Amino acid sequence: MSPDFPTRPVPSTRPTASGAPGSRTDRSPWNWLLLIPIAAPLLTFIYNRETPMLFGFPFFFWFQMLFAPIAVLAGVSAFYLSRRSRSKRGW
Amino acid sequence: MHVHATELWITIVLFLLVTGMGFAAARWRRPPTLHTMDEWGLAGRKFGSWIGWFMLGGDLYTAYTFVAVPALLFGTGALGFYAIPYTAIEYPLVVLILIRLWSVCRTHGYVTPADYVRGRFGSPTLALAIALTGVVATMPYIALNLIGIQATLQVIGLGGDWPLIVAFVVLAAFTWRSGLRAPALIAFVKDALVYLLIIVAIAYIPAKVGGWGHIFSVTNAHFKATPPHTGALLTGNNQLTYATLAFGSAAAIFLYPHAITGVLSTRSRDVVRRSVAWLPVYSIVLGLIALLGVVALAAKVKPLLSGGKANTNTIIPALFEGTFPHWFAGVAFATIIIGALVPSAVMSIAAANLFTRNIYKEYLRRDASDHEQATVSKFTSLAVKAGAILFILLLQPQFSINLQLIGGVIILQALPAVFVGLYTRWPHRAGLIAGWAAGMATGIWMLYVTPNPATKQSHWGGSAFALSHLGLHTGQGLYTGFIAVVINLVVTAVVTLAAKALKVPDGIDATAATDYFTDADDVAEVPAEAAVA
Repeated sequence: MSPDFPTRPVPSTRPTASGAPGSRTDRSPWNWLLLIPIAAPLLTFIYNRETPMLFGFPFFFWFQMLFAPIAVLAGVSAFYLSRRSRSKRGW
Repeated sequence: MHVHATELWITIVLFLLVTGMGFAAARWRRPPTLHTMDEWGLAGRKFGSWIGWFMLGGDLYTAYTFVAVPALLFGTGALGFYAIPYTAIEYPLVVLILIRLWSVCRTHGYVTPADYVRGRFGSPTLALAIALTGVVATMPYIALNLIGIQATLQVIGLGGDWPLIVAFVVLAAFTWRSGLRAPALIAFVKDALVYLLIIVAIAYIPAKVGGWGHIFSVTNAHFKATPPHTGALLTGNNQLTYATLAFGSAAAIFLYPHAITGVLSTRSRDVVRRSVAWLPVYSIVLGLIALLGVVALAAKVKPLLSGGKANTNTIIPALFEGTFPHWFAGVAFATIIIGALVPSAVMSIAAANLFTRNIYKEYLRRDASDHEQATVSKFTSLAVKAGAILFILLLQPQFSINLQLIGGVIILQALPAVFVGLYTRWPHRAGLIAGWAAGMATGIWMLYVTPNPATKQSHWGGSAFALSHLGLHTGQGLYTGFIAVVINLVVTAVVTLAAKALKVPDGIDATAATDYFTDADDVAEVPAEAAVA
């Protein structure tokens, strides 16, 4: 078993237009928004019911149809908000 | 057999249109040469957010999804709706993981997830395990897309195997020429057709059938009359199955090679994040498509027979044929067939890249040049497609469906090495190999002992593992893949602790902490691996 992949040594820090990679992070408090569309669909006891109906749809079906738009909303807000607070910090 | 001529002609015209696009894609953002792994296999890693979004959407929502998800709802009721929470969870769950994977692959020029695992854990054996898992999980997936095409052709009235073979030969030809650019360009047409079709279908069909109120009362009555007599809701026993199926499938989807190939073809971290953030828009469409399953139930659609058995995969094409005017039914059939081409092309490219990078280059020709690798990848993608065709022609469709079920469980076994590895280098390579083996063995065993009383199968009967096997007689079941990956993680941790205590030598990590945050402007145009060649 050969110990390593034949890769070119990669410099660990390079100064670039967007700041030193060493100072980068993907952490942001806004990322917590992503937890909503992950957790809500797992709680079956919330939506496993027939009423209230909406336009003839049982609750089970119409309520779950909301998860995808919520996921878009959470994902897009987390992206733009964390990018904005990142640029406020200088990069 | 009666052939529906209008439908057939419209399908042929639209198929020819995307075939032309597939060949022309070779000139799209034309590089000096297409004959490198990065250009043929990853379209130059230059896609922006729009292309990335269309391409990933076209790649992940396969033709099989479009026919099988409604068919599942048609057959099982509420449990079949799990695809909706699954596809809502998947993107928020993985988006942060994927940008790290993108960065480290960009820094080192990694083309496949197994390349990354090789570099991170310094173990060609582990990389081989990950590559084989990817190839084995992908093959039946391609075959199932063929089942989607086949079901549609059956409803159009084309018997025999030759139309399917023709469609796949054409697909093979433009993929050979244009690589990943072909499905990316065709994805625009596919996705536009899918959105058009579903808007029309939802506005038109339910009203014709008697309205949603009527549709759901028929559905409810139907599932009250069939065991377990609970109507169109989950039972006390399958709620945990539902939640673990949704969560496990969401964690698995971006471990599939074709999903990772799509992600690696994008230009920057922001592109990954932005296009993935908008992807659940497709899940809205999927939800509407899924509901067509209960519409078909209310419309009393009878599935066509194949091999003497009712083929529920035909209910959606049959619903379209029965309710749309002929010309629009043609558009709908073309959409399903084109819908199969995009993921099949990406899957065959992704599987070919795995073979080339992690088997051919690793074990057969260490010093293969980039040019040679691209050639091997092209030939392998042909072999993969030929293999998928043979699956369908020579074996029972049930075999591909069983394999796809296994595929979903085994692909999850790559999670500790690929996803966990992006956050911590703590696991020992021996631990990851042992965990992978344990997860594979228990996962496959659990699927094997699961019967399906409805279809009278005694094995491979479904993806819910009854906890009664473990002596817990609560009637509950959990998603098999979920249990297997938990076992995998536990074994990985235990063996890692043991290996560290015994001072077993670990692999060398070729990546640096900052590599996981690299962005487009940090790396030279030609990534390291390509430069070596």
